[in-house]
Amino acid sequence: MSAASSLPRWVDLGLIPLLNLAAAFLIAGLVVVGIGEDPLEATRVLLYGALGWGEGIGFTLYYATNFIFTGLAVAVAFHAGLFNIGGEGQAYVGGLGVAAACLTLDRIFPWWAVFPLAALGAAAVGAGWAFIPAWLQAKRGSHVVITTIMFNFIAASLMIWLLVDVLSPPGSMSPETRTFAEGGRAPRLTGFMGLFGVRIGSAPLNVSLLMALAMAVAVWALIWRTRLGYEIRTFGANPTAAIYAGVSPVRITLVAMGVSGALAGMMALNSVMGEQNRLIFEFVGGAGFVGIAVALMGRAHPLGVVLAAILFGILYQGGAELAFEKPAITRDMIVMIQGLVILFAGALEFLFRPALARLFAPRAIRTA
Amino acid sequence: MFEALILVLDSTLRLATPLLFAALAGLYSERAGVFDIGLEGKMLAAAFAGAVVSFWTGSIPAALLAAVLTSVGFALIHGFACITARGNQIVSGVAINFLAAGLTAVLGHAWFAQGGKTPSLPREGRLLGMDLPLAETLRDAPLLGQVWSVLISGHNALVYFAFALAPITWWVLWRTRFGLRLRAVGENPAAVDTAGLSVPWLRYKAVICCGVLCGFAGAYLSMAQSAGFIPNMSAGKGFIALAALIFAKWRPMQAMAACLLFGFLDAGAIRLQGVDLPLIGGVPPQAVQAAPYVLTVVLLAGFIGKAIPPKAGGAPYVKER
Repeated sequence: MSAASSLPRWVDLGLIPLLNLAAAFLIAGLVVVGIGEDPLEATRVLLYGALGWGEGIGFTLYYATNFIFTGLAVAVAFHAGLFNIGGEGQAYVGGLGVAAACLTLDRIFPWWAVFPLAALGAAAVGAGWAFIPAWLQAKRGSHVVITTIMFNFIAASLMIWLLVDVLSPPGSMSPETRTFAEGGRAPRLTGFMGLFGVRIGSAPLNVSLLMALAMAVAVWALIWRTRLGYEIRTFGANPTAAIYAGVSPVRITLVAMGVSGALAGMMALNSVMGEQNRLIFEFVGGAGFVGIAVALMGRAHPLGVVLAAILFGILYQGGAELAFEKPAITRDMIVMIQGLVILFAGALEFLFRPALARLFAPRAIRTA
Repeated sequence: MFEALILVLDSTLRLATPLLFAALAGLYSERAGVFDIGLEGKMLAAAFAGAVVSFWTGSIPAALLAAVLTSVGFALIHGFACITARGNQIVSGVAINFLAAGLTAVLGHAWFAQGGKTPSLPREGRLLGMDLPLAETLRDAPLLGQVWSVLISGHNALVYFAFALAPITWWVLWRTRFGLRLRAVGENPAAVDTAGLSVPWLRYKAVICCGVLCGFAGAYLSMAQSAGFIPNMSAGKGFIALAALIFAKWRPMQAMAACLLFGFLDAGAIRLQGVDLPLIGGVPPQAVQAAPYVLTVVLLAGFIGKAIPPKAGGAPYVKER
């Protein structure tokens, strides 16, 4: 990232992400042309489906809530120089924390008493699931990328077993818990969105969105306004220098991965307590992996993560509408765009940089 | 009992074959210093290309070629991102996986309108089992007859090719000049550079080898194991192969053993369903499914030997200026 200093901030934080996104959409557009559809028409349907009507906006923000949690999770680990690919598994087991709180308390307490406990439960289980790879990385030197991938698969097997053999109520054949009573249901933001004149209808947008936004602020404060955050960033930028300055690599690895896992785990709030009101099979549905694209796109900054999460919310909701309107284009198009965004914003992040540096460097020097 | 064992071992060979291709593919790439968690995506893309061309032409060579070329194409995207653009190898691998998963489903749906599947492949477009000499005559012979005619005979060509590739890979990497250079570029690229060899070109060659082998792995899935492409049919096999590669500590013959072990667990899991084992009782099939991943984590943690990856793996090579 040494070349970054020679570019003006608006180019580095604004133009480069936009160029990366444009490249991703250009290729996606070519694929749309390739299967004989009109990409401009497809874009129009997609945008209208996501933003053109109240329920669409509700769904867009519902998906965005998931991606804010998982995006922040990946971003926090990035700052410590760690790549947490395990968000999918951490969110999945995080559902156990939510379900534990809801199943025991939903008939006794109202939702506002259960919600914080469910959040704590989700965060604790998610952090716990991330703790093992973190400990293995810190103490035994096992590469956290590989172990978190393995833990995604282990989580999937564990959850199938729990849902089928342990958690599903007697006599039920479906792999899910019982439906929570009133106390286990996070309220929808129907009235809140109504204040802005948006009628979200049956969209499952719920208070978890506010929780996600609060977490974005909390992550910003942690990373840029605390001593711990400074240590995390130092360790991520230069582990050797950080250790020389007295930062404990074991502590930072454990803390950063713990926070990351907790954030990923809290994604379960939105889906389990906010939408399904029960713990179901594979409720995460890839949101943990979307978090990687969101964190890369948002340059690991909470504000960028929120914006990128909304962008992916638009793609997910708009993609569903597009698949409905244009049967030739399936929702898998969104998975492809996700891959392209990760490729251009992540792996090829240096692609446009040298050319832009030549273009803007003289001006940057003049203003400096 | 003996026949049941033979049958489990027989399906072990079939299940281990795609893992072995993918694990050896990863071996070439990672030994040259390019980490590849995109094995899964390349397999999937190859499976799709193979099935599509096989359905259109009914020609196995054309389908295999398409599978291999598609996989090499994806491998070159990974190579360009990691070697030329000096991007993050993990991020690029993740991108390849999503790109392949999305693109195959989108194109499959647009071309065949069967929810992303290709139509069932015609018989002449599939890789069918072939009987080895004497398979029929020896079938009734005690013990060895069964081993020869059921376990060893009757597989398709790719199965034999995969198991031949393990020693071939060992020979290429440890007994040829190309192999020595490939391993050197994964351990100490600066030394290779000093010797006057091109680090990027060597790494590109390794990445192409990886693409070719992932192409066979994918073709096996859609043209041998199944009779057509199904969206996301690789179903984590690329990651099990990656686990096998690590489990084998990046060595070809050990990778073959690891793939056989993981294939055996997979074959056993299907048979163990609802069976009470002595002492343990019923084992949930999920526990057996998770076993390769758990074993790999335990190995990585250094509790059974230590898995040390190639030293220069994961880092782009920057020439001194």
